[in-house]
Amino acid sequence: MILAIIFIYLVLVLSLGVISHKFFRNTGEDYFVASRNINWFMLLMSLFGTNMTAFSILGASGEAYHRGIGVFALMASSSAIIIPCVFLFIGTRLWKIGKQFGYITQVQFFRDRWESNGLGLLLFTVLVLLLIPYLLIGVVGGGRTLSTITENTIPQWLGGLLICAVVLCYVTYSGMRGTAWVNTFQTLVFMTLGALTFIVIMKGMGGLSNALKSVDSNLLIQEGNIKPLELLTYTCIPLSVGMFPHIFSHCLTAKDVGTFRYPIILYPICIAIVWIPSVLLGILGNIDFGGLKGPAANDVLILMIRQYAPGILSGFLAAGVFAAIMSSLDSQSLSLGSMFTHDIVRPYLRTKGQEKMSEYQQVWLGRLFVIFIISITYIISLIATPSIFKLAIWSFTGFSGLFPIVVAALFWRRSTKSGVYTAIIVVILLWLYFFLSFWKTPGYTIGGTGIMPVAVIIVVSSLTLVFVSLITKPPSSETVNKFITMGKVDYP
Amino acid sequence: MKNTFKWILYSIIILFIILHNDFWFWKSSQIILGLPIGLFYHILLCIGTSLLMFFIVKHAWTEK
Repeated sequence: MILAIIFIYLVLVLSLGVISHKFFRNTGEDYFVASRNINWFMLLMSLFGTNMTAFSILGASGEAYHRGIGVFALMASSSAIIIPCVFLFIGTRLWKIGKQFGYITQVQFFRDRWESNGLGLLLFTVLVLLLIPYLLIGVVGGGRTLSTITENTIPQWLGGLLICAVVLCYVTYSGMRGTAWVNTFQTLVFMTLGALTFIVIMKGMGGLSNALKSVDSNLLIQEGNIKPLELLTYTCIPLSVGMFPHIFSHCLTAKDVGTFRYPIILYPICIAIVWIPSVLLGILGNIDFGGLKGPAANDVLILMIRQYAPGILSGFLAAGVFAAIMSSLDSQSLSLGSMFTHDIVRPYLRTKGQEKMSEYQQVWLGRLFVIFIISITYIISLIATPSIFKLAIWSFTGFSGLFPIVVAALFWRRSTKSGVYTAIIVVILLWLYFFLSFWKTPGYTIGGTGIMPVAVIIVVSSLTLVFVSLITKPPSSETVNKFITMGKVDYP
Repeated sequence: MKNTFKWILYSIIILFIILHNDFWFWKSSQIILGLPIGLFYHILLCIGTSLLMFFIVKHAWTEK
């Protein structure tokens, strides 16, 4: 029965993608940014659904299982403050510049902003490599959900494969409009079913107050689980939103700049709705499923669903987890295809200024690139069994390290190509150093002080960008005016 | 006047980032409305941020 519900859900998602294709206008702009015609509700659901992945459902509950309520402060409330600000100050400006100059990807923008094709190529490579661990979260999370909920009737490899296949089908067929439609549907599904899961499990446990009495009181405080400096520097992690290629693409889909108003206001509430049940259920999982070690705790939510909501309801709730996972995987896949088509195929596969391939062929090449990257991610998922939370944090660390670049592009006239180049190289070197040295260390912070590597990377990359920019030649005033003066907005 | 109000609202964002570091509830496991106080406080912070964004969008956003 559980399997039947999950399969029906997957068919429903595919059907929605197919229906949305009927509105396809047969242009590249429609395929990649839905003709920049998305309303505020779909924008909110797409932006929010894309950011909520296995990380916030399975990863958050798994982390709360070990570290208690502090996980909400670390990731949820910090995101609730930082992400709307990123949309307010960065997203709206990117939308305006994107609309004005017809951009589809962030690499196009950065390449023109600093008049450098090489910079665009470097950024493309870095962004794609950083997206792989993020994609991995979805593939691993999907596989785990299906194998745990069916008690290994469907193995993890098959669950991961299924989720990849469904996402690839509707993304390659219906592009951004299909992705936005499916995202809206899936975000509503996982928010509703998430709340339902919480209510059902709480009822089974005899109420929240009763359940909290049975849990180790150390999980209900932050001391001993989280260091003050860790909480402070974790605030840098949500800045990654400003550099996610898939969020950039979603920002460009807005109908007009006013479309951002309600998403900015409602985003913090949406975060609270999803993260409160995830964190509380993770903590309460200790009562029935004590002793889970490391990444095994990622399964705690699914184990609780199986125990307290058997049968049909279990299938619905598992579908809710699937919805959260797929609503991110689809946008990430689409942005990969979009980047490959616009940042590699179009600029580099030309002869004497003429494009070698038709638009149709270019889009297909983009699709093949997506299939290639998803296949690599899937193969990695078969070999590695990482903690979803930690994997996400390393990926976000890299994206956050690049955040000073988008700020400089939009606000600092004196920033230069050399400054940005050096900042990106510094981010790569520091990220590799921290990741290769400490990825196996649980809860790693610098010297055990609580300072997250992301804070150090942001500070060093910002200082490098400023220093090198000040001693090198800035772009032409024409370019600077084009992006900063013309990109100015009558708000924030 | 409008500009001053806009900057006041932006300063409140900084204040919220500071308030996010709630070391004053670091050791307390007191239960408020059925929730541990450390969690309850951060939920209030989310709601407060939403209200702050409402005022920013309403008062600092002049573009039609």
